[in-house]
Amino acid sequence: MSQAVVGKKYGIEQTEVSAIQRMQRVKIARLVDDNDKKPMVGRVKGVEVTIPIVYGSISFWLGKKAAESTHKWTTYVRSATNEDLSVLVKKVVFQLHPSFEKPTRTIEAAPFELSESGWGEFEIGITIYFHPDVGEKPLELFHHLKLYADDESIPQTTKKPVVVESYDEIVLSEPMEASFGRLRNHPVARVTGNPSSPLVLPAAGESSLDRKGRDTKDHALVQWFMKHSEAEDLNLLTTARQQVWAAAAKLKKELGSLENEVLRIKATTH
Amino acid sequence: MGDAKDILGLPKLGERGSTEKRKTPKDAIKKPDGIHREVYALTGGLPPIMPTLDPVSIKKRTLPSKKISWQWLPFSTSARTDNLQLYHWVRIIDDSQPSGDYAFAKYNKVVDSIRYTDEEYNQLLVDSSWSREETDRLFDMCEQFDLRFIVIADRFTPPRTVEELKHRYYSAAKAILQARAGPNDDLSDHSFFKDSYNVNHEVERKKALNIILSQSRQQDREDAEVIAEARRITEARLKAKGLEESQVSTRAALHVDTTPARLPSPAATGDISFLSVPVTVASTTSVQVTPVPTPASAPSSTPVQTSAPIPASTTPVSAPPPVGPRPPRVYLRGAWLAQQIHSVVSPAGVRTSKRVDQMLEEYGVRSKPKVPTAAVCAEHLELRRELLNLIQLQKQVQYKENELAILRENPYAEIPATPNTPKRPHRGLENERVSTRATAVGAEFEGFPSSGKPSFHIILVQ
Repeated sequence: MSQAVVGKKYGIEQTEVSAIQRMQRVKIARLVDDNDKKPMVGRVKGVEVTIPIVYGSISFWLGKKAAESTHKWTTYVRSATNEDLSVLVKKVVFQLHPSFEKPTRTIEAAPFELSESGWGEFEIGITIYFHPDVGEKPLELFHHLKLYADDESIPQTTKKPVVVESYDEIVLSEPMEASFGRLRNHPVARVTGNPSSPLVLPAAGESSLDRKGRDTKDHALVQWFMKHSEAEDLNLLTTARQQVWAAAAKLKKELGSLENEVLRIKATTH
Repeated sequence: MGDAKDILGLPKLGERGSTEKRKTPKDAIKKPDGIHREVYALTGGLPPIMPTLDPVSIKKRTLPSKKISWQWLPFSTSARTDNLQLYHWVRIIDDSQPSGDYAFAKYNKVVDSIRYTDEEYNQLLVDSSWSREETDRLFDMCEQFDLRFIVIADRFTPPRTVEELKHRYYSAAKAILQARAGPNDDLSDHSFFKDSYNVNHEVERKKALNIILSQSRQQDREDAEVIAEARRITEARLKAKGLEESQVSTRAALHVDTTPARLPSPAATGDISFLSVPVTVASTTSVQVTPVPTPASAPSSTPVQTSAPIPASTTPVSAPPPVGPRPPRVYLRGAWLAQQIHSVVSPAGVRTSKRVDQMLEEYGVRSKPKVPTAAVCAEHLELRRELLNLIQLQKQVQYKENELAILRENPYAEIPATPNTPKRPHRGLENERVSTRATAVGAEFEGFPSSGKPSFHIILVQ
């Protein structure tokens, strides 16, 4: 990169670069380092925005009379509360198996989903691109498309689909001011923390995006959406922690008594 | 087959009859005229379904409709200023000669030469280092040699360098053009003004070129190394910028980088010093980063270090750049939790982390939470930490029991102090255990183990 910089500055050939470059190396190093300083401007410090999302697939069996494509499936990324994600997400790119025609599918409007028919299971690459004023790199996820239910004893039925969903949360720590204003009052996001820098934030009711029809609350497949609650995990974890704590306490006591034993023996013999 | 038998001279039954028969079918088969029999046989002895070429037409060729002949004729060219008459062969088509200038005259490029009048000279071109005669001579030669300055420099008296000649000529020409140009003329398009001649730069450039060309192979190699190193460093720095590494290390790089103010002489003796400088940059930054307990790569330590190894998990593996204390800008909580786990557990060793996973299973907790909300992730991380703690406690208890057993056996055994901190990898403890046994076995009555008390204190306080 520095070579290119030097080349442009002096309009000289590549062969001459090295000699002059040696003489100019310090200057260039300074140039590069100046560019390295991260732009911390325009960010709301001390604040974290959490957007819970769910991504996965729903697959319907097409029945005995189906041809080569035995299943019709939909893969999607949705908000966990079925709100509109387009306030944050600009587009979602689904990367399908190369045997599909045009395996890179871009969905640029909510609801961010893709329906296809096929017969095979594969890993779908999902890349979430944010709006430019969020100013972040795209996020990558992977989801294994499941067409066949685990329980092989139950015969396939066209009425009940195979649903696989994964819950996760997009966390924007110290988001850009521009998008923060939009997100803080939108039901899709949860904001934690206190903005440490004085901000002039837009008023609460200023979310100008028209939300009609963009959320997934009345989606065709909403009946199949799974509920993701942290309660189960949380309960398990707290119980486990309690048990561990109890075991640790017991061990500490044991350690203490062993200590005393050792001391006693040492005292008597010395 | 028949031919073979003929060659051998073997009589064949009904030979005569067959040869006769052969003649007629051969004649019968030989349909096409114009191509040989064997060639026709290539198609299988049958006429092709789609007649590609009429076999009759192959031999004939359409005679050209025009009449072409060649004539030895004189010609003239606009490129010559004298009236020299030259001759050459000319292709005549239908009794008409080709018209137009000699075909190669267009390649006769001429340079517009600029000449000045006396007034112009006195007004614009008077120069301290150039006399009138010299300038005149220069311009004459430029016209004569089409601005080939190398040739002019060779023949110029008194001898002047190419750069000087060029500089004089171009500056003079520019001055003249500018003076002559009216207010309407736009000179900015003229090549003299678009690419202005910078004599100092030219001198420098040629000097540099000379250096490079006269370098030995050794120096070439050194140069290549230094450049590669610099490129690696800038790439690593870019990566660090992309990874949003903490600003401390980049600022450190800034300081270290600006210190080598000494520029190596163009004779390239300082090359090796430059090589060492980037290396020291690397080491200082890496030293600064290690205290931060993170699997993140130091920005310039090694050329290619990608983001921290994310533990093998098939589902969400989004790759937010790993930073120790500060989370990346945007990330998926599940993936971020995985990295945090790794950074917490990895200092303890592979075996311990596997043990932690085992214990999680025993408690019925998934190694990756199904619903990674903030609360769940925090709890999960805490649980792992506590499990680690538990494991260490177990080890200590075992160690203590061992100690007790040894003491009971041999009350005077000396047990070396163990600075037991929770952060210490378990490997250390095992070494201690081995050494205590060794000392116990070969122990003599050495009196009071003075090191005893402090170690106990440390363990208890924990």
